[in-house]
Amino acid sequence: MKHCMMNRSRAAAVLASILFLASFTLFSSALQAQSSEPASGPGSAYSVPKAQLMQPETLHKLLQARGAQKPLVLQVGFHMLYAEAHIPGAEYAGPGAEPSGLQNLQNRVSKLPHNKLIVLYCGCCPWGHCPNVGPAYARLRQMGFTNVKVLYLPDNFGADWANKGYPVVQGQ
Amino acid sequence: MLRRIPGAKTQTRMQWGVLCRNAGAKLVVCACLAALAAPPASAATSMLHKPAPVFVRTDLNHRKLDLRAYRGKVVLLDFWASWCAPCQVEMPRFAAWQRQYGPRGLQVIGISMDDDPAAARKVVEKLKLNYPVAMGDVKLGESYGGVLGLPLTFLIDRRGIIQARFSGEADLNAMEQQLKALLGR
Repeated sequence: MKHCMMNRSRAAAVLASILFLASFTLFSSALQAQSSEPASGPGSAYSVPKAQLMQPETLHKLLQARGAQKPLVLQVGFHMLYAEAHIPGAEYAGPGAEPSGLQNLQNRVSKLPHNKLIVLYCGCCPWGHCPNVGPAYARLRQMGFTNVKVLYLPDNFGADWANKGYPVVQGQ
Repeated sequence: MLRRIPGAKTQTRMQWGVLCRNAGAKLVVCACLAALAAPPASAATSMLHKPAPVFVRTDLNHRKLDLRAYRGKVVLLDFWASWCAPCQVEMPRFAAWQRQYGPRGLQVIGISMDDDPAAARKVVEKLKLNYPVAMGDVKLGESYGGVLGLPLTFLIDRRGIIQARFSGEADLNAMEQQLKALLGR
């Protein structure tokens, strides 16, 4: 009898622990979903090595320089933002966060030499929240491209490029 | 080249005329190129204290959404997108404000800058938004000085004048204070 009661209380304790762990997991994932903390996983913009970041001024000078070999500038964000304003000469590659965008990017660069200077940018949202540049950068590296830079836009394209007076054009 | 010939005023005038015509033509070309360019950098911030550009859209529930219809209310106009993480932190708060301050004259309006309405619709359903949401486009974005990064929120007073602009991750407590001040006016 006593043994049976002990078994029951042990089972109750195990059940309570399971319920506690389950609710804790649910609570933490809900908190994570609500949090505006920047993502830091493999697809995050933070996954791009600092040495591969390019400052807006550097890109602007590079694009203005006469005779210099121009980089291929690709916007890997969302189309509406590209259509509203983009860097002159930049091509739209599609969002790096989506498989279709990565496929477009891959198609665009597939025939280029692997040492070609390619500059990726997005600027859809604050750097730590950008879902696009991390996966796009990773895909190019995976394909063997050795000279890939990512334009560093800490806040967004408007604040860090257009509002700073660097040139923009509109178009599809 | 303009060459001055003594006693030949007419010729000089003609040469000036040619020059002016050339300059005029160049100005026209420049103006056309400028028209193709995106809004100037200052356009975004110069929206403050000016009438909010009016627009008429059909919202995601197929109802007419006319900004002019909200004259007399304080409008929180939120540009967002499904891929924008900070936007989705703000939106539940905006829904709460709509419940709390709606009776005092607040109207929240969402404009999704998604390329695909289906993506916007999913978020609206997931977050159970209690305010109208319509799809944006390049023209609407430009009319508000360019939506070149999200989130982007405007506070519009009861007279239809833009009183505040929040770009990027905003301080929501500060935004609420400004909102309450506008509701009290």
